[in-house]
Amino acid sequence: MSVLVIAEHDNSQVAPGTLNTVTAASKLGGDIHILVAGSGCADVASQCAKIAGVSKVLSADAETYKNEITENTAALIQANVSEYSHVMAPASTFGKALIPYVAALCDVQAISDISDVVSEDTFVRPIYAGNALETVQSSDAVKMMTVRTTAFELADAESGSGEVSNIDEAGATDWVQFVAQNLSQSERPELTSARIVVSGGRGMQNGENFAMLENLADQLGGAVGASRAAVDAGFVPNDYQVGQTGKVVAPDMYLAVGISGAIQHLAGMKDSKVIVAINNDEEAPIFQVSDYGWNEDLFNAIPALQAELSQ
Amino acid sequence: MKILVPVKRVIDANIRVRVKADNSGVETANVKMAMNPFCEIAVEEALRIKEAGHADEVIVMSAGPDKAAETIRTGLAMGADRGVHIQTDDRLEPLTIAKMIKAVSEKEGCDLVVLGKQSIDDDNNQTGQMLAALMKRPLGSYISKIEKNDAGFAITREIDAGLEDLQISSPAVVTADLRLNEPRYASLPNIMKAKKKPIDAMSPGDLGVEVSNRLTVVKVDEPPAREAGVMVSGASELVDKLKNEAKVI
Repeated sequence: MSVLVIAEHDNSQVAPGTLNTVTAASKLGGDIHILVAGSGCADVASQCAKIAGVSKVLSADAETYKNEITENTAALIQANVSEYSHVMAPASTFGKALIPYVAALCDVQAISDISDVVSEDTFVRPIYAGNALETVQSSDAVKMMTVRTTAFELADAESGSGEVSNIDEAGATDWVQFVAQNLSQSERPELTSARIVVSGGRGMQNGENFAMLENLADQLGGAVGASRAAVDAGFVPNDYQVGQTGKVVAPDMYLAVGISGAIQHLAGMKDSKVIVAINNDEEAPIFQVSDYGWNEDLFNAIPALQAELSQ
Repeated sequence: MKILVPVKRVIDANIRVRVKADNSGVETANVKMAMNPFCEIAVEEALRIKEAGHADEVIVMSAGPDKAAETIRTGLAMGADRGVHIQTDDRLEPLTIAKMIKAVSEKEGCDLVVLGKQSIDDDNNQTGQMLAALMKRPLGSYISKIEKNDAGFAITREIDAGLEDLQISSPAVVTADLRLNEPRYASLPNIMKAKKKPIDAMSPGDLGVEVSNRLTVVKVDEPPAREAGVMVSGASELVDKLKNEAKVI
């Protein structure tokens, strides 16, 4: 048995979700190899070689893989899949687009967003926005899946000593041309890997008021998130969104400010270790899942909290 | 140009689902059903492309039991021209569904397939990607914008770190994300008109697709419940508890 983990990266840094995916792979108990497909990505390959439990890094360093075009990465995986019993990628937009694509190329039924490994062919995954957990057993010769990264610890990023081996390019397509990326720039920790997340909802009233949450997040060393209501209202960009249709987070502390707690939002944060809710509506459903609730107008609560924290 | 929109009948998004007592699945008997919200967005976008003069016909298809026809009617009431119903009572996995959609798309000669990015029941988020791979057509996943141009389609994708612009050739497969559009409501006259629009019924076998599942559902469980905690009365109490009790700051 051997597992191929698909690394997510930006050609210079491996994304943390890759480390959670390696931990999921380690539960299977076989050899773990990592595929790094990118351009000028030698640094990523050496970072991956140092991840605990990884015995080999397959590096495909070519212009074709510069922008993580699904079709190109999928063709590369297909060309190398014959030696593996399992293929795993983080359940990010990168992995969620890629794994079903390559599975169909290989006539495999993919398994999405696994939150636990029961055995080498049986996995648990949330369905209905996390309102139920489904255990499925696969009869495919190769199991291909995406991994809910918040359900697995980060693998140690320093103690490994895998070898890096270069592999050939395979099957570039000209159907898809990369035009541009408009990435949100932030000095704060990345939302899905931050230890503390401060999230705002419709109760923030407008985008300017999010500056309050940004200040608080900076004070706590956390990231800023938002509910779908706040994103749909145009207060903040879509990449802030926590929920079933946005990002799934599980920080040490999740502070929900002016968020009522719709089911689809809870699906994205209910695995947080400690949930704190500040809301002026004492009936808000968020209080039913929070460890600490504070029934207070957020425009009074946030300045008071900041003052208390700076003491 | 012809556009195909596959749609799925799911438990209404506003219903709280319950796991069955025998852990075989979730309760669907006597539960309100509706078109999957992402599929509504896909239908809406296809209609807008047609209304902008880039397409002649929008076909809505669904695979499933007799009741799936109701969901096709919803698409017709929104404004789609006709329907295709693949009748089966079997449990369907995304790979099988993708094979069915491919067969319909080829039979109808569709230039664009617009799907929702995921259904809110199984949360698989797979069918569109699988369809693109099987059809060997460019994939635009999680799109928040699509424009027809001479080279095919200019699309904007919603990715974890922000937005990505791609140019894809035509014919193509795209999957709709939340912010692509706000789907319209079907008006009463259009709901009446939709009753007269044709729906072609066929079996998976008619399309040359065999229903063979690769996954066995072993069981379905309730997730562990999260207990409500304590209410605090002020900032100092909250900070004290976070520091000394929860030890998270």
